Amino acid sequence: MKNNYDMLVIGGGPAGALAAKTAAEAGNSVCLIEKRPAIGTPIRCAEGIGKELLKEYIKPDPRWISAEIERARIIAPNGTAISLDQDRAGNEVGYVLDRKVFDRELVWQAAEAGADIIVKTRATEPIMENGAVRGAKVISVGTPAEIRAEVVIAADGTEAQFARRAGLDTTVPLREMMSCAQYVMTDIDIDAGSTDFYLGNEIAPEGYLWVFPKGERTANVGIGITGRKSHDGSRAKDYLDRFVAKNFPGGKTIEAIVGGVPVCRPLTCTVADGLIVAGDAARVVDPITGGGIGNAMYTGRLAGQVATRCIEAGNCSKEALMPYDTEWRASRMGKGIERNYKVKEYFITLDDTKLNTLADSIANISFKEFSVAALIKELIVRNPRMLLELKALKDALA
Amino acid sequence: MSTMLRINRDKCGYCGTCVAVCPEDALELIDAYLSLERECIACGICARACPLGALEVVHEE
Repeated sequence: MKNNYDMLVIGGGPAGALAAKTAAEAGNSVCLIEKRPAIGTPIRCAEGIGKELLKEYIKPDPRWISAEIERARIIAPNGTAISLDQDRAGNEVGYVLDRKVFDRELVWQAAEAGADIIVKTRATEPIMENGAVRGAKVISVGTPAEIRAEVVIAADGTEAQFARRAGLDTTVPLREMMSCAQYVMTDIDIDAGSTDFYLGNEIAPEGYLWVFPKGERTANVGIGITGRKSHDGSRAKDYLDRFVAKNFPGGKTIEAIVGGVPVCRPLTCTVADGLIVAGDAARVVDPITGGGIGNAMYTGRLAGQVATRCIEAGNCSKEALMPYDTEWRASRMGKGIERNYKVKEYFITLDDTKLNTLADSIANISFKEFSVAALIKELIVRNPRMLLELKALKDALA
Repeated sequence: MSTMLRINRDKCGYCGTCVAVCPEDALELIDAYLSLERECIACGICARACPLGALEVVHEE
């Protein structure tokens, strides 16, 4: 095993793959390690992504697109459905991917660009010298080794242990960890063109339940609830089983997975001496939808670009890497996360009665242009009795 | 009497949610095997976050 690279990437998901590909294409020697024996499995994802967002990183390919989506529906506790069609939702609804194939494609592209890929290899801790990250101690198929690098990209997902062991606080508070369970179900009656989001404290407290089609009669049926609402007898799996028993009694579950989605604010700082944190590990997940694929690809690519400049200049200090942190925070993604975090904090305070009232008030409106700002403006106009709290939210977003 | 974390490996979905919420960095997910690698303070946060209920803080004589 080669033990010295320009860049070492921890984790073979979308963030790690884009970082590796970008840096390798720029001529750097790159090593990507993945602790699992295979890229892309097991899935920890509902697999939805916006069409336009995806296209910024890769040309859509039927080999890893399970379904194309025409509309999204939000279903209130009382059953009221708000439908957002594709032309109105500004392509926010999009594709449901086949992550097993998609992730492999991204890593294959990194390999094609020249990066070394090593699977079943786990980073146990950073190599630290004078407070700076200089590589990682790894266990590769049982054998301890050291891989040194000018810069390390921590793209190790929800667990985010690498950055934590380099001194960054990546611990997710219980109330901001979505505890999730998902079944891939087949032989169920669904609208194959619609991603459905079910809200309500009986259905999914402080979260939502999703039905994301993967074909005519197949879908990802999953749920996320906050950690603080998770107790014995009322865990993510329990809520999901109740929904499935009621709505898809004849369905067949061909895959059952679980996972955690951080919906806290992003890390206070996503760089350190010799280190960049990207994707879910940086906590750059959309706090409302829990979506993270696009943000992972964006921060991964940006990490690869900034690291390339720093490697070239021979300076990978925290200060030199800081443009990465500054740029994503100022980006559309960074601003969107901050806005949606505040919206999420408001929406989790709503009981089912208020959710129903809000949903009923806008159920029959066709939004010309769908955006969070437009939605809140409409809610304020139509819900004078909730003016104060809605206005407080609007002001917080201004 | 001592307190410890019990991992039910037949229930565990090895997803790592517990790892991310552990305030002590005590848990480690080694592929499909959840391991208690460092000292656990038995706070029970991981047991709450687990989507499957695979973790339990137990008190032993």
